[in-house]
Amino acid sequence: MSNFGSTGIELSYLIASSLFIIGLKRLGSPATARQGNTIAAVGMLIAIVATLLDRNVLNYEMILLAIAAGSVIGAIAAQRVAMTEMPQMVGLLNGLGGAASALVAVAEFWRLLDSGATVPLEATITTILGVLIGGITLTGSLVAFAKLQGIMPGAPITFGFQQPFNFSLLLIFLAGSGYLLVEPHNLPVFLGLVGISLVLGVLFVIPIGGADTPVVISLLNSYSGVAASVAGFILGNNMLIIAGALVGASGIILTQIMCKAMNRSLTNVLFSAFGSGAAAKAAEGSEGDKAIHSIDPEEGAMMLGYARSVVIVPGYGMAVAQAQHSVRELADQLERLGVSVKYAIHPVAGRMPGHMNVLLAEANVPYPQLCDMEDINPDLDRTDVALVIGANDVVNPAARDNASSPIYGMPILEVDKALHTIVIKRGMSTGFAGVDNDLFYKDKTMMMFGGAKEVVDKLVSEVKQL
Amino acid sequence: MAAGLIAGLVVFVLASFVGVEVINKVPPTLHTPLMSGSNAISGIAVIGALLVAGPRDSNLSVILGLIAIVLATINVVGGFLVTDRMLQMFKKKEVKA
Repeated sequence: MSNFGSTGIELSYLIASSLFIIGLKRLGSPATARQGNTIAAVGMLIAIVATLLDRNVLNYEMILLAIAAGSVIGAIAAQRVAMTEMPQMVGLLNGLGGAASALVAVAEFWRLLDSGATVPLEATITTILGVLIGGITLTGSLVAFAKLQGIMPGAPITFGFQQPFNFSLLLIFLAGSGYLLVEPHNLPVFLGLVGISLVLGVLFVIPIGGADTPVVISLLNSYSGVAASVAGFILGNNMLIIAGALVGASGIILTQIMCKAMNRSLTNVLFSAFGSGAAAKAAEGSEGDKAIHSIDPEEGAMMLGYARSVVIVPGYGMAVAQAQHSVRELADQLERLGVSVKYAIHPVAGRMPGHMNVLLAEANVPYPQLCDMEDINPDLDRTDVALVIGANDVVNPAARDNASSPIYGMPILEVDKALHTIVIKRGMSTGFAGVDNDLFYKDKTMMMFGGAKEVVDKLVSEVKQL
Repeated sequence: MAAGLIAGLVVFVLASFVGVEVINKVPPTLHTPLMSGSNAISGIAVIGALLVAGPRDSNLSVILGLIAIVLATINVVGGFLVTDRMLQMFKKKEVKA
């Protein structure tokens, strides 16, 4: 009987794994994405129910209580979160997943120690790995969350001898691990390893600047999958290994896509503390006598209203100001006047891959109006007005022209090729990369200072009067 | 035991290849939903937590397991719901277009 039960569970796991794969596949195409998500959720439900039927799972009251508590918190959070806060949300959820995997590793190790039996070598190895990856995912995600939420400054935090310090911490971790392999029953050493893992997570994310957060979130997403996989190794559970590996692989691919979009290697993103040193120097040198042209919303509305084609370039500033609905309204008004309106989306605009697409979708912007960078760049030199809303580094011509710029080589949206460029921005501050933007000083660039939402709202009311 | 480790490694490597094949060539529009969807799947750790919290005891290992269940369930439920919320918006617009 019990034999049949465990076969049933294994088969349910097989079904659940297949549903995860089908679900992920469908998530990759707009027409089937929602269905794909549902399929994956059904797979998860099957896996959970099957596990509850395991004959070693007896603690029903407490377990159901824990599941209920988690479900309620998760559901409320998912309902409440604003679309602009999606990167933080994913970061936080990621951290929780990592924490769960780490806790599983610690709990299982504890059970082994408690049972008084000799701890097998591979159990110790997998436990240490689980604690390391899970711990880094937890604290790394929390730091990324704090940076995105504005609890911590978004700029890279660095200190002297940072790399040597991290490296020696890692060495201490390895030494401790070695000791634990020989002497698994030493609790202080084990707890020390847990502590170092948590510290490493923090140190790993604090030197990474705000503009690189999409990469980090995506990488941590991959880690949380690997952490789940390691928990699977610890418990000898294939379901965990498969699902974790799927997430680990998808996270790595997204990370690579992000790095390619910025023309940087992953090592460069992780270890260069981008936007701290070099950029500050560049900004100093270039202040000088450059003049900017600023215009008011009335003039801006005239330029936009009498253009034939307008390309809107949204950036993080639009997300912060929650201006996506106003932007949509502006586009509607312009179209009423016969202006052709398109949106140009840079692959790393915002704080998470695809961030702008989600926001504009929330504001009901028609899908075909959103253009990827490669598609829109050739059109930009035939565009009358490029309207940049809260984007900075992704439209900086220095990335194309100035070989000494820290962002040199990053593909950009070439808005400086348009007949005119209007930039809506709160002030002359630099973007997250900390690099001064030559675009703002060009003759055909007009600046409109103010929060994205106020300025766009004013533009809308001016355009209505045309 | 070592045989189990190798078997696990086989499964892990093959599943990683499947993951790479499945995710390749996703349009940028779907990066965020894909990320939060796969993030929800990483909440599969809930299964490990269930197994650890299974025994009818109240020792530390069970308590840690129960905490892990709460955290992983938040990850799973929050992740899938939030992804659905995002994708719902994409869908609405597609019907229109």
